[in-house]
Amino acid sequence: MADFEPRIVAFLCHWCTYTGADLAGTTRQQYPPNIRIIHLMCSGAVDSIYVLKALIDGADGVLIGGCHPGDCHYQTGNYKARRRVAILKGILEQMGFTEHRIWLKWISASEGKLFADTVTKMVDDLKKMGPNPMKQLWNA
Amino acid sequence: MAQGKKRGDKGSALVVGAGIAGMQSALLLAETGTKVFLLEQGPAIGGYFPLLDKTFPTNSCGVCFMSPTPPAFCPIYECHLHDHIELLPYSEVVGVEGEGGDFKVTVVRKPRFVDPKRCTLCEACIKVCPVEVEREFGGGLEKRKAIYLPYPQAIPHSLVIDPKTCTRCGECVKVCNPGAIDLDMKEEEEEIEVGAILLGFGFEPFIAQRKGEYGFGRYENVMTSIQFERLLSTSSPTQGLPIRISDGKKMERIAFIQCVGSRDPSCGQDHCSTICCMYATKQAMIAKDRSPNLGVTFFYMDIRPMGKDYERYYERAKTEYGIEYVRSAISSIKELRQTKNLLITYVKEDGTFEEREYDAVVLSLGFTPPQTIKDLAKKMGLQLTPQGFCQTDEFNPAQTSVNGIFVGGAFRGPRDIPETVVEGSSAAAIAASFLSPNRLPQSPKEYPMEGALGEEIPKIGVFICHCGEELKKNLSLFDLILGTKLLREVILVEEVGLACLPEDLDLIKKRIGEQGLNRIVLAGCSHREIRGAMEEMAKGMGFNPYLIEYANIREQCAFVHENYPKLATEKAMALIRMAVERARRSQPIQKGKQKIDKKGLVIGGGLAGMTASLQLAQQGYEVHLVEKEKELGGNLKESFYTLRGSNPRELLEQLTKQVGNHDSIHLYYEAEVIGFEKNNGHYRTKIRHQNVGDSTLREEKILDHGVLILATGGKEITPKEYLYGEDSRVITQRQLEKMIHLEDEGLKDVHSMVMIQCVGSRDEEHPYCSRICCGHAVKNALKLKETFPDMNIYVLYRDVRTYGFYETYYHQARGKGVIFIRYDLENKPQVALQDGRFRVSLFDPAMNSPITLSADCVVLSTGVEPNDHRELAKICDVDLNPDGFFMEANPKSAPLDSVDRGKFFCGLCHSPNFIEDVISQGNAVAARGAALLSKEAVEEKAYLAYVIKRLCCGCGLCVTVCPYGARVINEEEGKAEVIGSLCQGCGSCVIACRNAASQQRNFEKELNLAALDAVID
Repeated sequence: MADFEPRIVAFLCHWCTYTGADLAGTTRQQYPPNIRIIHLMCSGAVDSIYVLKALIDGADGVLIGGCHPGDCHYQTGNYKARRRVAILKGILEQMGFTEHRIWLKWISASEGKLFADTVTKMVDDLKKMGPNPMKQLWNA
Repeated sequence: MAQGKKRGDKGSALVVGAGIAGMQSALLLAETGTKVFLLEQGPAIGGYFPLLDKTFPTNSCGVCFMSPTPPAFCPIYECHLHDHIELLPYSEVVGVEGEGGDFKVTVVRKPRFVDPKRCTLCEACIKVCPVEVEREFGGGLEKRKAIYLPYPQAIPHSLVIDPKTCTRCGECVKVCNPGAIDLDMKEEEEEIEVGAILLGFGFEPFIAQRKGEYGFGRYENVMTSIQFERLLSTSSPTQGLPIRISDGKKMERIAFIQCVGSRDPSCGQDHCSTICCMYATKQAMIAKDRSPNLGVTFFYMDIRPMGKDYERYYERAKTEYGIEYVRSAISSIKELRQTKNLLITYVKEDGTFEEREYDAVVLSLGFTPPQTIKDLAKKMGLQLTPQGFCQTDEFNPAQTSVNGIFVGGAFRGPRDIPETVVEGSSAAAIAASFLSPNRLPQSPKEYPMEGALGEEIPKIGVFICHCGEELKKNLSLFDLILGTKLLREVILVEEVGLACLPEDLDLIKKRIGEQGLNRIVLAGCSHREIRGAMEEMAKGMGFNPYLIEYANIREQCAFVHENYPKLATEKAMALIRMAVERARRSQPIQKGKQKIDKKGLVIGGGLAGMTASLQLAQQGYEVHLVEKEKELGGNLKESFYTLRGSNPRELLEQLTKQVGNHDSIHLYYEAEVIGFEKNNGHYRTKIRHQNVGDSTLREEKILDHGVLILATGGKEITPKEYLYGEDSRVITQRQLEKMIHLEDEGLKDVHSMVMIQCVGSRDEEHPYCSRICCGHAVKNALKLKETFPDMNIYVLYRDVRTYGFYETYYHQARGKGVIFIRYDLENKPQVALQDGRFRVSLFDPAMNSPITLSADCVVLSTGVEPNDHRELAKICDVDLNPDGFFMEANPKSAPLDSVDRGKFFCGLCHSPNFIEDVISQGNAVAARGAALLSKEAVEEKAYLAYVIKRLCCGCGLCVTVCPYGARVINEEEGKAEVIGSLCQGCGSCVIACRNAASQQRNFEKELNLAALDAVID
């Protein structure tokens, strides 16, 4: 298990978190390369299907990044994301799947460091958690 | 000096100073079709905005919303990208000739020594630069090199060399791969011809060393508020945690000292800096969020949170955050030798001394006008106030003393961001009216017709940019090219050096032609960097720019995974694979256009409504003005003189005449709004009003318009206490004003008058500050003292909130013998009748004992409440805040806008305000409205939602979730539809739809899922 490298899929909103991830780059904040970023216009446009599909296909974690509460450029998209993720976590928990693989984080365009730290922490946590059990199911 | 060139014309405008006011003015003028030169003396535009991580009263970042067309990205970027704005960063105005309507401005462009077009921000030069100096950004908290990036998001996004500290050692030139550095760059002079000049000079913080007794510069743990603001930014050296920079100790107790360089004639700063109470409270709250056990004490004279929703914020700071506010005067600050802690000795309100120890002290600096502009002001012939701010007429706040030069924001006096945004807009409105006779139509750029590329089978060309060898350090380009060649429908993979430069863009262009490419993937830097250049290139050759996909392998890969070259290459491959999968499915987008009904509807004919109507009409738009009374004027009719000495009667007379006589303004009296509907992006309002000919007849009328301005006003709160209504000698300030104006005989017999502040303000029923009552009381007291110098006037207050320059009048009043006594909400004054006179008893904290005053007249400084707008808000579909004022889209950056595009608020229905500020608001909404109306059509956003009708069941879920009202159900078909001009492309409706009938262009679910498949492999 020592060389387990978790795979993370991230859905980032255009205005805040994606830009924050760019800022992490311009300021050279280092974080592990386990993350694959998908660009969407708003965290409110992250369908539960995307998250479920990512997990079923074997991603070890899913990160959803949006603007801080009150800062959504589409008024309320991040609140919609928050409610959706809360429900989704509940359902996954019911199915015996830990909710800790789904992270919803508010990271603004000026928080490059926070973005890097978030990814670093998430990779660490997922390493402790081990691979996504669904992946093993497929492999079996 | 290089040869000068000549540009501009009489219809264009120069905005000097690219801070918040300047950017707002520039953006609005540009939106109304004016060519704008935006000049900034520093190397990057933005003013103080980039320093602010969080803003009050929401503690969110928020300022990035500032833009004429929501959703905005960031005003700095918007200015950078706008077709009609030309940035002149790192420049100075050295001469102004000519007069209003025809200025010739000489501008010096200072040398950056770095070519922004070639600089890739690899920062190799920064590593080798031997010179280290204090970084200006953040008040010198950190260090920078002589070659530096002003701040990470700076626009222009390029390094700059500071000539004052550069030793010209040439090390940077040697390591610069793209050859962007030229140490022999010379300054250039050019002449610009413009019709109007707008000043957005902003402010400078007070120099803390001037108050030597506070120890700034001597004691290492005394910081300025600018430094503390920077410290709390998540990108600061302490990552936003309140930790002492000097020794890394976690702060446990900190003190804020208010009014450093404010309300202090001893250092020539007799004005109140207006915003320090709020920004310091914000800093304290953020610090406590980051470090919950932090103890925070404020040492202050009066707390002045008088803006919209600020009082609640202050209450929250006290009750929820446990921040302690101590009304006191600082006696001394001493540094303790061992701990470097600070010992503060202070005098409390009752005259007793106390001592306390703190880990750090923050000085809440006041504001001064920028010192560097004095010469320029002289050259322009500007009149300045004694404090050095710009002098303006009270009733024409955006007009300076020189015709054709306008002003907004903090150069008029210290103000917060919402006021700055309002005034920046207001200056834009006045400038636009001034320029309108000379304005040349700005013709949009013409592009060739686009081919029908979307229908062809995808032929994808992938260009991998190594950013001047920079990406090769960490990624194996060889592997990437090899891997990309295997992807489906990719027919060309090519490496380019710097895709942002014309040479490489030409190469891409050539390849598109040669190979018949119909989709492009650019792997390199973030799309935010390269998109502009790529799209311009694509449009120029009739290639739909939405057929270009970007793989961000620089900022989100190579730059952040320097220690993992192999995994980083793998990741870059996944990102390219995703971009290719998206490209295979992407479709060309033609942005739709919605025609605009070029008319405005203004509801409310008071000061705000009349100002807005007149301004819109002067810019050439037809305006319907709807008034509920028989005549225009509103609250202005009850105003007789102002604190600054202007005559509101003249203003009223002049405005009603101008509005009444203007051909483009249609007036409706005794009118009410009975219906409102959105009609394909236009608005249609039904009103019922009085027939002009026959007074018994009410008639209904339907008005079409593109902009709705609500200016429905407010009213004086009717007091319920202090014997008001029981004794005729208990009156309100407004009644007193009228009595003074009419020279009422009754005033002669008044020997003693007691004024009680905050009646119906800052209490449970009205938990907000009405802002104007302190000024109102001071105004009337001063006027009375003029006529009756012997009259005893007592003002019973909770905090005196004579902000800005009103502070000087408060001083005057005290000088003339008006006595101010403080009371607490828990210990309100008691008014009783005894032998025909009033006995007012209260507890005087200065004497620490109860006192009794006798009075012949009690004057209540009553607050302002909005008129009852509940019905109207429902009809027009706008929101009210808990106090009944209209709720803005964003309190900082869009203070007068509703969430829906084209609906605005101004005047007392927005918040309590002085006449001057109401005029600014009226002008500002006109500017915001004109920015919409000036266009023949609104261009729709690119990534619109659309409905696959075949799948739609008409359930209406998408209608409910749309925050912009851009969704309707077509009743005939029973299917949902999208109103293109309102849709902002957030994608909420796509997720809400159960049948996948709702989709978003180039973000279709299928496309996102394909992207997901591609990255998971």
